[in-house]
Amino acid sequence: MKHTLRQIFHSPKFVTGFVIFSFLLILMLIYPLISPGNPLEMVGLGTFFKPGVYVNVYDSVNTELHTLKLEDAAQKRIDSVLSDEDRVAMVNWLTAIGIDVEDIDISDTGALLELWWGNYDRSIRPEGMTKALRNYYERLNNRLNSIKNSDDIIIAEAGEEDGELIKTATITDTDYVNVGDVANVKFLPLGTDNFGRDVLKQLVAAAKTSLMIGIIAGCIATFIGLTLGLLAGYIGGVVDDIIMFFTNIFTVIPSFVILILISYSISQDNRGATTVAIVIGCTAWIWTARSVRSQVISLRNRDHVNLSRLSGHSLIKILLRDILPYIASYVVMALILQISSAILAEAQLSLLGLGPKTTEVPTLGLMMNWAMLYSAHLNGSWWAYFPVIFTIALISFSLNLMNTGLDQIFNPTLRD
Amino acid sequence: MKGYGKYFGKKIIWFLITLVAAVILNFILPRLMPNDPVAAITARTAEGISDVSAVKRIYETYAEQFGTNKPIPTQFYLFVKNALRGDFGLSFSQYPRSVSDIISSAIWWTIALQLPAIIVGWLLGNILGALAAYIRKGFDKVVMPACLLASSMPAFGMAVILLVIFGITLKVAPTSGAYSYTMIPNLSWKFIKSVIEHYQLPFWSIVIIAIGGQAIGMRSMSIYELNADYVKYSRFLGIKDGKIVRYVFRNAMLPQVTGLALSLGSMVGGALVAEIIFSYPGIGTSILQAVTMADYPLLSATTLIITLMVLIATFVIDIIYGFIDPRVKAAQFDS
Repeated sequence: MKHTLRQIFHSPKFVTGFVIFSFLLILMLIYPLISPGNPLEMVGLGTFFKPGVYVNVYDSVNTELHTLKLEDAAQKRIDSVLSDEDRVAMVNWLTAIGIDVEDIDISDTGALLELWWGNYDRSIRPEGMTKALRNYYERLNNRLNSIKNSDDIIIAEAGEEDGELIKTATITDTDYVNVGDVANVKFLPLGTDNFGRDVLKQLVAAAKTSLMIGIIAGCIATFIGLTLGLLAGYIGGVVDDIIMFFTNIFTVIPSFVILILISYSISQDNRGATTVAIVIGCTAWIWTARSVRSQVISLRNRDHVNLSRLSGHSLIKILLRDILPYIASYVVMALILQISSAILAEAQLSLLGLGPKTTEVPTLGLMMNWAMLYSAHLNGSWWAYFPVIFTIALISFSLNLMNTGLDQIFNPTLRD
Repeated sequence: MKGYGKYFGKKIIWFLITLVAAVILNFILPRLMPNDPVAAITARTAEGISDVSAVKRIYETYAEQFGTNKPIPTQFYLFVKNALRGDFGLSFSQYPRSVSDIISSAIWWTIALQLPAIIVGWLLGNILGALAAYIRKGFDKVVMPACLLASSMPAFGMAVILLVIFGITLKVAPTSGAYSYTMIPNLSWKFIKSVIEHYQLPFWSIVIIAIGGQAIGMRSMSIYELNADYVKYSRFLGIKDGKIVRYVFRNAMLPQVTGLALSLGSMVGGALVAEIIFSYPGIGTSILQAVTMADYPLLSATTLIITLMVLIATFVIDIIYGFIDPRVKAAQFDS
């Protein structure tokens, strides 16, 4: 046993898979401690907030101000306000009055503004330009100027008696607050989803649930498959015929179809994560049963098994003590594959709208389902779906890697 | 011919048995569940209706329509009779369209998408796997983890990633549907071009996943065969490398053919979900529609059709296998 373990941990493939998997497990355990709270809590009012640091504006106004003189501040300010359409419009105006703008890069705000301020004059009327368009340019120019001249922003409070505004503070363009001083700052590393939930917090919880679904389903499937395979292979005869009859039928009928039918019949309200896991487990045993059976058949007539039978040992004892140890490595590998395919099955079911009910626990499939329903992939909210796909892929990649590593150890012919 | 006859006869009998089992399952599974599907549909339709007798009438109408008020054997007889005629009743979500109408327009998209994709993926995967096993060294070190990663990816995940990269960021391919929505299906070049453009992303997302899974299997099989005694013996005899590789490839291929038959079900399942991402008008999208709109007749029919498709495909693969497996061939010469 000790020797086998040492051998396993010398396989680079297994170790890589194991490290990735352990890392994910540790993350699942530690992250809820760092960021406690209900993962399904809707923090954001609105859909798909970008990842980043959210600073409370109300608090930052009342925080102690510092003055910093930064040269490029005004430039950056204009940079962030000036949309691409505005930039194109500015270039169009400049072209219209006959200025050579061939080599200007519209993303270079400095050069663009220099040209603009050097040339713009509201009294010029480029040929063919409508009044509406001229007005648009005038408004654009005024906007740019107000940012350039950095007008102060006045904070006012409504007076208690007459509601008259009373000036309480002015904010100039050189005022800064230290983020550490602001009372309320929320870091959303992966933004929020369509319900305004913190994606990262939800993702960690979802990975945990999905893994749990995988483990429950994998254990059930392996248990059923192992039992049937052992019985069919060892007893043979009629038992074998009956078991193989059903196994052959279910290998061809896609288990996905059976999953859909059962899940649909259970109905949304009764589908908890555990129910889904059990249903997946009950439909996934076929592979394990087939391969366990064929392995048991090759072991059935070994001398030690015959000896055991002659000694009058019970069926269960023979199966558990004389046959199971020989196929144990195989069963572990089958279990690993079952876990990873169960996680995939849950995700696929959820995408069809047949996953666990949404209100209780997040799962990877449900997160994906909601992101797709709200077209996160079409509106550019990558944080809502990409981390989910990445997590699913990473979990099954690490499991598959461990499986390949084990395969190479227990099947010496496959070794490099 | 006797050997073949026996082999094919056995396969045909199995095909029929599985078909019957599939039909029975499709009939019985929803009825075995504690929840009455008719009650579930009634609950959806009768939402907001407080009049008890009205709800009861709705329930009875649906029960009559589905025949659930009749004894189980009669129900089964009707189910089979109607299914044989291709009559699956009327769709709830697209009333008054019949379910068979919806399916007959969806199924060709699914077949046209999945059949070539799975075949191409299987071929490319096998070639890649055999090359990885034969060349080894650097090639294997790169290809193997890449294939493992591709096969770990769910089909819908690959679909989303391809869609975002090629459809939205690079804008080289359309993002949804099977043809431009401004067009009406016809046989013009413009329409065919649009179909081909819309075909690319769903096609490749299925192919890449299939390549990954098949390459891993083929690589293991080939390594196993390359280490076999007959290969060493052939080398010892001085047979050319190219010829040995051909033998190895053939021997490693056989389990891969069976493997394709066995993994077909899960591949089709994954591809159906990938269809949803592209709103491809195939069976997968129909299933989603059936689930979200509680369209029970549609769901029942689509699952039956998919099972039937997989059964037929598996049967065809089994027949092809009979022709290429030397053991079946040998049995023919013996007799």
